[in-house]
Amino acid sequence: MHEWALAEAIITAAQQIAEKEKLREIREVTIKIGELQQVEREILRFALSQLKPATFKNAQFHITKAKTTLKCRVCGNTWMFSKNKLDEDTAEAIHFVPEVAHAYIKCPKCGSPDFEITKGRGIWLENIKGVR
Amino acid sequence: MDPRTTVINERLSRTGRIIAVSSGKGGVGKSLVATTLALTLSRKGCKVGLFDLDFTSPSTHLIMGVKNVPLKEDKGIIPPVVKGLAYMSLIHFSGDQPTPLRGADISSALIELLAVTQWGKLDFLVIDMPPGISDAVLDLIRLVKRIEFLIVTTPSLLAFETVKKQVRLLQDLKVPIIGVVENMKTSNAENIKHETEKLGTKFLTGIPYDPEIEDAIGDVTRLLKTALAQKISEVVASNITK
Repeated sequence: MHEWALAEAIITAAQQIAEKEKLREIREVTIKIGELQQVEREILRFALSQLKPATFKNAQFHITKAKTTLKCRVCGNTWMFSKNKLDEDTAEAIHFVPEVAHAYIKCPKCGSPDFEITKGRGIWLENIKGVR
Repeated sequence: MDPRTTVINERLSRTGRIIAVSSGKGGVGKSLVATTLALTLSRKGCKVGLFDLDFTSPSTHLIMGVKNVPLKEDKGIIPPVVKGLAYMSLIHFSGDQPTPLRGADISSALIELLAVTQWGKLDFLVIDMPPGISDAVLDLIRLVKRIEFLIVTTPSLLAFETVKKQVRLLQDLKVPIIGVVENMKTSNAENIKHETEKLGTKFLTGIPYDPEIEDAIGDVTRLLKTALAQKISEVVASNITK
């Protein structure tokens, strides 16, 4: 389960912020997951609940999904990513490493694989709240 | 905040030494040296990982004759074992499709793989780096605390000129350099050896140009019988495992 590795990264990052901000207890963690990586929200939530240390025992994890926007660097076209247009193997490859989208997705207008993932790539720690 | 960078050193915490095989320019035989180094260490009984980070031009899979290996997941990605090596490459995900990645994309893919790959216990992790002083090289130096470099050049002054810049950069960043390997030697000239020593860096070996090395591509047994493998084996014995 790839989500476990990402959950571990979120917990570690949140702990580092908590230490820096001198928080003794974490109450809220807001995480954004980009559609491109297709992270399973419930697996991620379960992994977070299993991995959280004592300082997170009352923490609420808010996980929001972000739509993925792609912008062609050749013609400037902007379009939305849709998993439905991909076969299972391709979707899985992009799930593991979102950048390999460049191997499989092309601009629907000009056919270029040179595009920018402007929004909704992968996992992002948006905010943490706690008590000092 | 990107949380992925926080777990990279934890992922590599059970790895003994991390050796980045690098070059100033492409075409000097870096991937052949990296693959041969990893295979040689493995044949000596060490647990070895090979990580192909030359994302836009990966070739270690061709050198080892690897085709479609299934990946396993267990709280991350478990690198498949190929020819005795724990092997990770972007080709597991991109296949033989061209993958045009800009600098920021390369950095992000690199961070993703470092964050989610569960290498387990290794004596050595050998990394086939992209040539030059690119984003990936700088990111790896920034993110992987115990990295050390082995640099490959040819007798060409054009190749060595870029090596000089790389050595100076690594010295400025206080990154350990195991030494320089001179590949594809066509004479007994010692100018690269002398120039390397002038930089305060160890000259590890000179490998003669072998027109038959191309025939060993895709055949690990044959590769390990080449003069290149013999020289790498000597470098391993005198500079890496001793």
